[in-house]
Amino acid sequence: MIEQLLFWVFAILACGGAVAVVATHNVVRMAFWLVVSLGSVAALFFLLHADFLGAAQLLIYVGGTVVLLVFGVMLTASGPYNAIPTSPAEGIIGGAVGFLLLFVLVSSIGSVDWTEVSGRLPAVPAAPYLVDMNLAAKADESFVNTGSSRAKAEFAATQQQGRTVRQLGLGFLGLRPDRHLTEGDGKGSASGYFLPFEIVSVHLLVVLIGAAYLARAKRRVVPEGSMNVG
Amino acid sequence: MYGMFAAITLEDFLASNISYWLRMTAGSEFVLLAAFLVAALIHASLLLGLFSGLPVFYIWLERKVAGRIQDRLGPTRVGGGFGWLQTIADGIKLIQKEDLVPKDADNLVFRMAPYLATIASFAAFMVLPLSDGWVAVAAECGAFLILALMSLEVLGIILAGYSSGSKWALFGAMREAAQMVSYEIPMAICALIPLMIAGSLNFQVIGRMQSGGLWNWFIFHDPFTFLAFFCYFITATASVKRAPFDLAEAESELVAGFHTEYSGFRWSIFFLAEYSSMFAVSAVAVILFLGGWHDGLMVDSVIDNLRGTGSGLIEGFSLGSYAANVFGAAILIGKACMLVFVQIWVRWTLPRLRIDQVMTTCLKYLVPISCFLFVMAVLWPLVLATSFSRPVFVGKPLGEKSLPLGVPASAAVAAEQREAAR
Repeated sequence: MIEQLLFWVFAILACGGAVAVVATHNVVRMAFWLVVSLGSVAALFFLLHADFLGAAQLLIYVGGTVVLLVFGVMLTASGPYNAIPTSPAEGIIGGAVGFLLLFVLVSSIGSVDWTEVSGRLPAVPAAPYLVDMNLAAKADESFVNTGSSRAKAEFAATQQQGRTVRQLGLGFLGLRPDRHLTEGDGKGSASGYFLPFEIVSVHLLVVLIGAAYLARAKRRVVPEGSMNVG
Repeated sequence: MYGMFAAITLEDFLASNISYWLRMTAGSEFVLLAAFLVAALIHASLLLGLFSGLPVFYIWLERKVAGRIQDRLGPTRVGGGFGWLQTIADGIKLIQKEDLVPKDADNLVFRMAPYLATIASFAAFMVLPLSDGWVAVAAECGAFLILALMSLEVLGIILAGYSSGSKWALFGAMREAAQMVSYEIPMAICALIPLMIAGSLNFQVIGRMQSGGLWNWFIFHDPFTFLAFFCYFITATASVKRAPFDLAEAESELVAGFHTEYSGFRWSIFFLAEYSSMFAVSAVAVILFLGGWHDGLMVDSVIDNLRGTGSGLIEGFSLGSYAANVFGAAILIGKACMLVFVQIWVRWTLPRLRIDQVMTTCLKYLVPISCFLFVMAVLWPLVLATSFSRPVFVGKPLGEKSLPLGVPASAAVAAEQREAAR
């Protein structure tokens, strides 16, 4: 009940902030509304017990808005509070594209049979105290249970409390404790994301060095012959 | 009717007719919601008390220390010989002032910016544990979350500076942006060193690993964490824009920097945010490097034995655990206050740096130093393991010290000893 209420509050803030970003003409106000919108999305992640994702959203998107804001001010403002005017045609085209995207999203969400997907999710008990009770019961009869179902129950419990960091880290290395190796469609062991991560980070380093090289203070080159004149 | 009025205990009440009627009409969710709201209200007001109470003390301390360093007395009149109530008197004065918005200011952003800074600073207190069992939101990625939240305060400062419509404020905000974007890097790398050693982002796990004697604190774990603490503290001082890094409000050059146009209540909550952030970064330093809520003299291991005793008065409440938590919180806040004292001391001793010196200090010195410390802290256990065939010099390896969560520390230790005895 309270989660539903909070969901609606943050969902309205996220959507309203996003609309306000488009509707305002001032760069700094846009940044302010962007902070409201992205911060509300982070709050929605917290409501879904995805703590790590929410923190990453805050650090990368909301924190990154600062840089965007500074560049916006430095590159666009010739005087205080320069407005960026939009013509009506731009408004119509942008609105049409936005509504088309909304239509695509809504129709694709509506066309998916969610009952089949939710059946594949690990069974999550309704409340944290129930999780504890279930876990205690599971621990007592652990010699009866197979290791797999125990791991699944623990996975569900930790996921319910937003404790996903360890699983994320292991999944990053290619270990999935929530899946059984021999079970199902043979996707028990994933390949992990270590190599893609390294490739992306080296890529970013190259971009950083390139940017620093391009933006460096140019030194004036003294021509060879001019030294002898004086 | 009789059942309605005779219901005195909670169990009687839940079994009574009125409770049945409530559940039938409003559903049991109504009762849960009410309980949830009461719990949330208590949590929030306790945190808000800490959030606004500590700055009152720190502002008084700042004036007193500044006075002593400059061979003055500081406040002496309000509230007896020590001027205890000076900050309260100032607060009352500030609230009475007119709430001005300059003609050139961007009205909405100018009004909202102080709240943005304060909310970011207050949100950091949510995930900050004060003792083993005392934290408002026990997130597993608490350390990551608190770094993310503390980096948002600068957004309020920049918006305030830009929207003021004054060149002094704009200069201050641009300096602050440049400073923050660069100082976040060494700060995060230095915070990563103890997190990497602990192998966890959970403050409770990190705190418990440093239980016992002084030598268990992460600052004494290896020479590189020792240096990393000082590196972190310098960057943390810069991140809360304290002198010698207070270029955003350089009085001698920029009048007052980003808050030139602010007055009254909005001005005062900027300072509320600044002084509480000083505490927040210091408390993070204490948890990551200085043993958290452990005193390092083994006194708390005696007090930890109290955990779990004196229960039965109220369901789920133990007097012994409460006392142990109060003791731990007092130690943590005391240590953090010492670090805040050092920040105040540095402010009134060192001259302000120029903006190019600030950037040089960060990009040419602190970033390479923190990267070097991080790499060496990764290699240190490997070097020890190959040369001495053990990952630490004294005591148990850290991996064996991590206790299961959700169990009081003393109970877990007792279980471990029972295992060992067997």
